[in-house]
Amino acid sequence: MNTVTDALKSPIGKSPVGADTGHPDGHGAKRAPVRNGGRQRIKSAIDRASGYLDILGLAWVAPIARLSTGENPREQLKQIWRLLGVPLAAIVIFLVLWGWIAPTVQTSLGAIPGPAQVWSEARALYADHVAEKAKAAAFYERQEQRNAERLAEDAGASVKIRKYTGKPTYIDQIVTSLITVFTGFVFATLIAVPLGILCGLSPLVNAALNPLIQVFKPVSPLAWLPIVTMVVSAVYAGSDQMFEKSFLNSAITVTLCSLWPTLINTAVGVASIDKDLMNVGRVLQLRWWTKVRKLVLPSALPYIFTGLRLSLGVGWMVLIAAEMLAQNPGLGKFVWDEFQNGSSASLARIMVAVFTIGIIGFLLDRVMLAMQAAVTHSATR
Amino acid sequence: MLSDCVPFALRQDHKRRPAKAWQAAIGGCVLAVGCLAGTLSAVAKPLAVEKEEIKLGFIKLTDMAPLAIAYEKHFFEDEGLYVTLEPQANWKILLDRVITGELDGAHMLAGQPLGATIGFGTQAHIITAYSMDLNGNGITVSDEVWKMMEPGLPKAADGKPQHPIDAKYLKPVIDKFKADGRAFNMGMVFPVSTHNYELRYWLAAGGINPGFYSPQNISGQIQADAFLSVTPPPQMPATLEAGTISGYCVGEPWNQQAVFKSIGVPVITDYEIWKNNPEKVLGVTAEWAEKYPNTLLAMTKALIRAGQWLDAGGNANRKEAAKILAKSEYVGADVEVIANSMTGTFEYEKGDKRAVPDFNVFYRYFATYPYYSDAVWYLSQMRRWGQIAEGKPDSWYQDVAKKVYRPDIYLKAARLLVDEGKAKEADFPWDSDGYRATTAAFIDGVSYDGHKPNDYLSKLSIGLKGDQRVDGTRIVGANTN
Repeated sequence: MNTVTDALKSPIGKSPVGADTGHPDGHGAKRAPVRNGGRQRIKSAIDRASGYLDILGLAWVAPIARLSTGENPREQLKQIWRLLGVPLAAIVIFLVLWGWIAPTVQTSLGAIPGPAQVWSEARALYADHVAEKAKAAAFYERQEQRNAERLAEDAGASVKIRKYTGKPTYIDQIVTSLITVFTGFVFATLIAVPLGILCGLSPLVNAALNPLIQVFKPVSPLAWLPIVTMVVSAVYAGSDQMFEKSFLNSAITVTLCSLWPTLINTAVGVASIDKDLMNVGRVLQLRWWTKVRKLVLPSALPYIFTGLRLSLGVGWMVLIAAEMLAQNPGLGKFVWDEFQNGSSASLARIMVAVFTIGIIGFLLDRVMLAMQAAVTHSATR
Repeated sequence: MLSDCVPFALRQDHKRRPAKAWQAAIGGCVLAVGCLAGTLSAVAKPLAVEKEEIKLGFIKLTDMAPLAIAYEKHFFEDEGLYVTLEPQANWKILLDRVITGELDGAHMLAGQPLGATIGFGTQAHIITAYSMDLNGNGITVSDEVWKMMEPGLPKAADGKPQHPIDAKYLKPVIDKFKADGRAFNMGMVFPVSTHNYELRYWLAAGGINPGFYSPQNISGQIQADAFLSVTPPPQMPATLEAGTISGYCVGEPWNQQAVFKSIGVPVITDYEIWKNNPEKVLGVTAEWAEKYPNTLLAMTKALIRAGQWLDAGGNANRKEAAKILAKSEYVGADVEVIANSMTGTFEYEKGDKRAVPDFNVFYRYFATYPYYSDAVWYLSQMRRWGQIAEGKPDSWYQDVAKKVYRPDIYLKAARLLVDEGKAKEADFPWDSDGYRATTAAFIDGVSYDGHKPNDYLSKLSIGLKGDQRVDGTRIVGANTN
C-alpha cells in the first residue's frame, strides 16, 4: 500500500483532509455531475487520510470511502475483506470456541463463564454503578436534610457536606486506575527524558549510569512495592494529606518500572544524532541549551516516543499487579476482591475486568502511537 | 478518663481556649442533648461526636453483619457518624492498621484486643465496648478425611452421623497420616483467634494434641499431633482444595462454601463445642477511646441497634441481611451460601441440613454486652496453650479483662438508647458484675467459672496448668493450683 507514503508526504500540522478546499464531500454532493477534478480531490484526500486512519486502527474506513466514490470496486472489496472481514471473522471464531470450551471446564466456582455470562455480568456491573450513584444521591440528600434541620435549630451551626462513604463502583475503579497510571507515567517521563538526554550527550554520565540502569531495569514491580510502601508511610506522614497513601504507592511503583524504556530509548536516540548536525551546532557556536532544544530533541523525538509508548504499556501492566498485591483502589483491587468473594458471578466479573484491562491497554497504546506518528513522520506499527 | 466523661457534656478544652470552646458549644457540629438548654428533650439528637468521619475495617465474614446493617440502615448516620467500611486482607493487617490509626476501629476477633494488650504478637492497648455476636464458626475437614472418618462414626436412626461429632473419631485418621509419613495440617485464621482456641479445644477433648506455644517457638506446634497454621478466612476453601491443609476452623460463609463447592464437609459447629460462645468484638485503641469518647458512644449505640435489628422478630430480618451481606462490598459470597447459616440452618454433609437456630446470635442472650468472663476464658486458653508462658494468679486475669472489656461504656450507650425509646430496658444486664453464670455447656462437659480461671485450667485434659511452662519440647514445672 502506498497510502502510508502519501500520508508521509503531507506536512504535519496541515489538515490532511481537503487542505485547499473546505469539505470535498460537500463538493460532490452539491454538484450533480461530479467533475473529474472534484473526484480527483476526494481521491487524494482519502489517500492522505488513510495514513492517519491506519494509525488509529481504522484502516478499513479508507476502502469503504473509496468504494463509495466508485473507485475500483474489486480492489476495494478485497481490501475491506482483509482489513475488516478477517479480524471480525477471527473474533467471531474466538467467541464461538470460547463459548463452546468454557462450560466444559468445571471449577469450584462453577463452570468457566462463556461470552454470554460475561456480557450479562458487564451489564450487571453497569447497573450496579447506576444503583450506587443513586444511593450516593440519597446519601447527600439525607445530609442536606440533616444540615437544614441543624441550621433551623441553630443558625450559627457550622455544617459541611461529607463525601459519599459507599463503595467505589466499577467505573470509579477504572477512572482511579487511569489517573494513577498517568500520574506515574508523567513522573517517569519527567525523570527519564532529561536523564536520557544527559546519558546520550555525555559518555561520562552514560558510563556512570549504565550499570545502575542495567541492574534496576529487570526488577519486578512487585519487588519495589514493599519498599515503596514503607518509604511512603515513613516520609509522607501527617494528618492533612493531599493524596491517599495508596495512590502514591501505586503511582510511584508505576514510575519505577516504566521509566527504563524511555530512559534507554532517549539515550540511544540522543547518542545516534547525525554528527554533521552537531558540527553545525559547533560552527554556529550555539549555547548548550539551544543545542539541546533545536538539534538534539527534534532528532531524538522518534526514539523518545518509542520509549514512551513502551513505558506506558509497561506502566499499565505493572499498575494492575501493584493494585492486586497492595489492595490499592483500582481495577487490580476489583479483580482481587472478586477472587476473594468467591461468588458464582465472580469469575465472569474477573473476565469483564480482564477485557477492560486489555481494551484500555490497547487504547493507551493507540494514543501513544498516534502521538508518535504526529511527531515522527513515520507511522510504524 | 473515659469513665468520668458525661456523654451530654461537650468536651472542650476550657483551659486552652475558653472563648473558642463556648463558640464551639453553640456553633458546634451537633448540639448536645438538652444540656445547654437545661431541659432533657425526648427527641433523639445525635451526641456531640468529636470525629464524624470514621473508617472501620472488617474481614469478609458473615459476622461483620452489625457493621453492614448499621451502615445500610443509616444507624450510623442517625448518630451523626459518616462511616466508611473497608474490607482488610487479613487479621494481622487489620490489627496493625487500627494501631497505626489508619483505621478508627475494626471488627476484631475476641482474642485480638486481649492478645495485643498483654503483648502477645503486636503490643498495643486495645479496648472493646461492644461484643458483636455469639457462635458462627465451624470446623471443616476435606473430603478425603471425611471419607476416612465417616465409617467409624456412630449413626442415628436415620443413618446419618450422630452429632456433635467428637474429635476422637478423627484420631485414627491422624494416626494413618502419621503412618504414611504425612503431616496432618489444619488451618485457623490467627494465633489469638477464637477459631484457634475452639479448634484446639475440640481436638484436645478428643485426645489429639494441637501443640503448644513457647516464647522461643511461636509456631504453636510443639508436641503437636495436628499441625495448626494461619490461613486467611477467604482463602480457606482454596487452600483446602489445593491439599495444603486437611481441615480448618473458620467463620461463615467459608464452611458452607466448602459444602457448596463439594470440597469438604463441616463436622461440627462451635455452638456444639461451647454453647453460645463469644466470637467478635468491635475494637478501638485505648488512646482513640480517650480522645473521642462521644464518638465511641455513638458508634456503640448504632451497633446495638444493628444487633437488635438482626435478631428482631425471631430472625425475621435475616433474609434481608443475607442479601445485604452478599453485596460485593461486604462479604460478596452468594446469597444462598450466606443465608444457609444466617437463617438458622447448617449444612454438614451435602444434603444433611440441620436446624441450628442459634448458629448466629447478634442480640439475644445479651450477646452484645462485653462480659469479663468472656475475656477471662480467652485468656485462660492463651495460658493453656503456652501463649502466656508463665502461670498467673486469678487476679491478673480479672485485671486484664477489666482493662480491655468496657461494659461501662456499653451500658452508657444502652442507657441513651433506652431513654430515646430505641431499645427496651429488659434487653440489657444492668446489674451484672460482668461474669456470666458458671456453665458446663462444653463438648467435654467441663464447667467454667470466670472468677476462677486457674481452677478451670487444672480441670482440662491437655494443656498447661499451675506453674507449668514449655521448655524446648518438654513441659516442666509444678501443676500447683
